Amino acid sequence: MTKKRRPGLGILSDIRRNGTSYLLVLPAMAYTFIFGYMTYPYMIIAFQRFNYTKGIFHSEWVGFKNFEFFFKSNKALTVTFNTIYLNLLFIIFGTLMALAISLVLNELRKKLFVKISQSLMLFPNFISWIVISYVLYALFSMDMGIVNKTLNQLGMSSVNWYTEAQSWPAILTVMHVWKGAGMSAIIYLATITGIDETLYEAAEIDGANRLQMCFRITLPLMMPTVIILTMLSVGKIMYGDFGMIYALIGDNGTLYSTTDIIDTYVFRSLRQIGDPSEAMAVGLFQSVIGFILVFGANAITRRFFKDGALY
Amino acid sequence: MKKLSISKTVMYTLTAVYSALCLLPMLLVLMISITDEDAILKNGYSLFPEKFSLYAYKLIFTGGSQVIQSYGISIFVTVVGTTLAILITSMAGYTLANKNVKNRNLLALYFFITMIFTAGIVPWYLMNRSLGLTNNILALIIPSLLFSPFNLFLVRNFMNGIPDSLRESATIDGASDIVIAFKIYLPLCKPVLATIALFYGLDYWNNWWNAIMLIDTKDLYPLQFMLLQMQSEISMLNDMAILAGTSDVTLPSESVKMATAIVTIGPIVLLYPYLQKYFVKGLVIGSVKG
Repeated sequence: MTKKRRPGLGILSDIRRNGTSYLLVLPAMAYTFIFGYMTYPYMIIAFQRFNYTKGIFHSEWVGFKNFEFFFKSNKALTVTFNTIYLNLLFIIFGTLMALAISLVLNELRKKLFVKISQSLMLFPNFISWIVISYVLYALFSMDMGIVNKTLNQLGMSSVNWYTEAQSWPAILTVMHVWKGAGMSAIIYLATITGIDETLYEAAEIDGANRLQMCFRITLPLMMPTVIILTMLSVGKIMYGDFGMIYALIGDNGTLYSTTDIIDTYVFRSLRQIGDPSEAMAVGLFQSVIGFILVFGANAITRRFFKDGALY
Repeated sequence: MKKLSISKTVMYTLTAVYSALCLLPMLLVLMISITDEDAILKNGYSLFPEKFSLYAYKLIFTGGSQVIQSYGISIFVTVVGTTLAILITSMAGYTLANKNVKNRNLLALYFFITMIFTAGIVPWYLMNRSLGLTNNILALIIPSLLFSPFNLFLVRNFMNGIPDSLRESATIDGASDIVIAFKIYLPLCKPVLATIALFYGLDYWNNWWNAIMLIDTKDLYPLQFMLLQMQSEISMLNDMAILAGTSDVTLPSESVKMATAIVTIGPIVLLYPYLQKYFVKGLVIGSVKG
């Protein structure tokens, strides 16, 4: 064993020594290879006029035509703006709500009450966006919806919400916060539980009240977690929540001006219009910017919060 | 009894109101589903059913309906998919946590790269097509064995917490890697395995992405996708009826629609007490060590 190992042989001898372990990881590796790495070459179809029967090796090359088509239409600006704008709304209001919930639950140390309210707040998270679209319909339907019925009772006339594009960023934000805030609040609550109890005891001796403790101890000590999670969501800002948008908006074209995001646009080009090459061009635009943002966000997080960085 | 301060009272009230708001919309759907159809058409949706009726549920569960077919699909896909996914994930997690494996960090990087850079939906779609994963039940399972690296790292981190001395003494006693992995590590990992089982299970149950991308035959529609199709078909029929100036197209009734939505969340509601316990634990593990 005194022999110096040559670097190239390290893996081979490792496999020989831990054969079983490598066997156990093999299915996962094969899966990741096929559904991860092997998908990368398909990205070149962004520069082709892809034809399903000809495949990626024989389809015609068209250079940047597919990109031109997307960027020359006014769609590029709309969907990019919508993706970023909606995500910003989700991040800001989602974070604020989750913070507020976790701080309040931390103050109310009544076990049963906290437990019950936590269960209720988590509930929406388990439900699919499609079921939520039924909820939304029950609320906003033109003739029968609760919202319009309430408006009528207040002496106002009904609104056809499913054609009111400008209301939807707000509706989507509310629904997003409603679905996810309980879950994020639990992560924050976990962070609060990790705060050193002696800090509070010392503060109490110094005569601080609960509010002062909250703003001087709890919040500052939560900031690293808050910032990390926010940074990571900002990194993913080019990726919209397809599941949410498509389930709630579907193919309702009158709402596209404020709700169409890159992901739904790509989906339509691929599955409904049936142009994989144009869809790929838009997807590539999203992937490249998205990768730079994810990478950048993570680098910044790692730099400022060494022990907090997630990867 | 201690008197509550004003601020505490406010906090209790706000929390209670918000908690109620989390449940209320679902309650509304439930109430519509058990309201008599004529009452709905007359008064619109309401949280307090004017006339109670189980007609919608009877209709759904009597004979050969799409709902029952889709229920079967969803249950099958969820059970098989979750089982396979846990198996693959936990086996890989074991290796990544095995300190005898010199290249375990390299392996982790291999998985990690696909987590930060994905090619997107078009390559995903073309890959599945070229593997023949369209219009068959495997298309609902395999593409999202969701071998999500996040779950893998969750398992690895949990296993990293198991002391090495355990493995060493087992090795001295002559146990092979397989025995160590399945007889010693897996039983110790129950909490984290339960957590990822719930992540995978919920993902499979609520998944409709695979169906919208890869499935065209009605026989294979999972529940969620069936629900989505129903909603969009109804709005399409409505539009057509308005255009044609008639309204005698027979639409699925309001109560049936809402009852179907309720039926799809049935299993989740039943499992909810267990789900919640593990989810909270799992999230804490994930966020602290993630």
